[in-house]
Amino acid sequence: MFKIFDVAGSALSAQTVRLNTTASNLANADSVSSSIDQTYRARQPVFAAMLDQARSGDQTAVGVQVKGIVESQSELRQEYRPDHPMANEEGYVFLPNVNVVEEMANMISASRSFQTNVEVTNTAKQMMLQTLRIGE
Amino acid sequence: MPTNLNNALGIHEYALNLQARRAELLSSNIANADTPNYKAQDIDFQSMLADYAGKGNGPVATHARHFGNAAQAGEDGALYRTPTQPSVDGNTVDPQVEKAAYMENALRYQATLDFVNGTIKSLRTAITGQ
Repeated sequence: MFKIFDVAGSALSAQTVRLNTTASNLANADSVSSSIDQTYRARQPVFAAMLDQARSGDQTAVGVQVKGIVESQSELRQEYRPDHPMANEEGYVFLPNVNVVEEMANMISASRSFQTNVEVTNTAKQMMLQTLRIGE
Repeated sequence: MPTNLNNALGIHEYALNLQARRAELLSSNIANADTPNYKAQDIDFQSMLADYAGKGNGPVATHARHFGNAAQAGEDGALYRTPTQPSVDGNTVDPQVEKAAYMENALRYQATLDFVNGTIKSLRTAITGQ
């Protein structure tokens, strides 16, 4: 039973990482730069089940972990703005490849998952407390 | 009323354990709702309990090397869920289904606890004689 708190807790932390990257992406959606290398790229966490944990014990319930954070390799937006202070010699500025609509959907999904896991923890807590009061 | 105190709680003791494990599995499904390639698992509570009670609906094992009902599942009775709708990332978790199952399981757990509490109460009444 105590395993539920580990599992739901790992999901909470993973969803927080996801919310963090979404916040970072949205904040930098308009961060202009003058070269391709210096431009911000949208980043996303990669989730994976903690299967090594399951293999070591006899438990089938597994938590979730963030394997890493990958940067989007899709093309950067390039705009011709010769009057922009960050424009390069040819008059181009580079904008991040952040898809704002996608990020908003991501944010809602992450916050819903977070809420669900909080509820799971609360229900598990109620179950535990009632078990402790057994025979009273 | 059971005469042996070891079996005083009867099937409820096993049911409580099974429900606790099912809660763990379902919480794992909910936690991994966004994990690519994660396969949702669940316990067939009814058949597990029927196996325990010794009156399974399936074939009866009359030899030690026969496969019982629980053998279809893993040793702990966990089975993979059949996905209701395909998903591109190979994940088979349907959050709504898992949430409903988790809530239902929590309710059943409470019901079992009530049965256990009732048994303990009647035992106590028998002991104190009041």
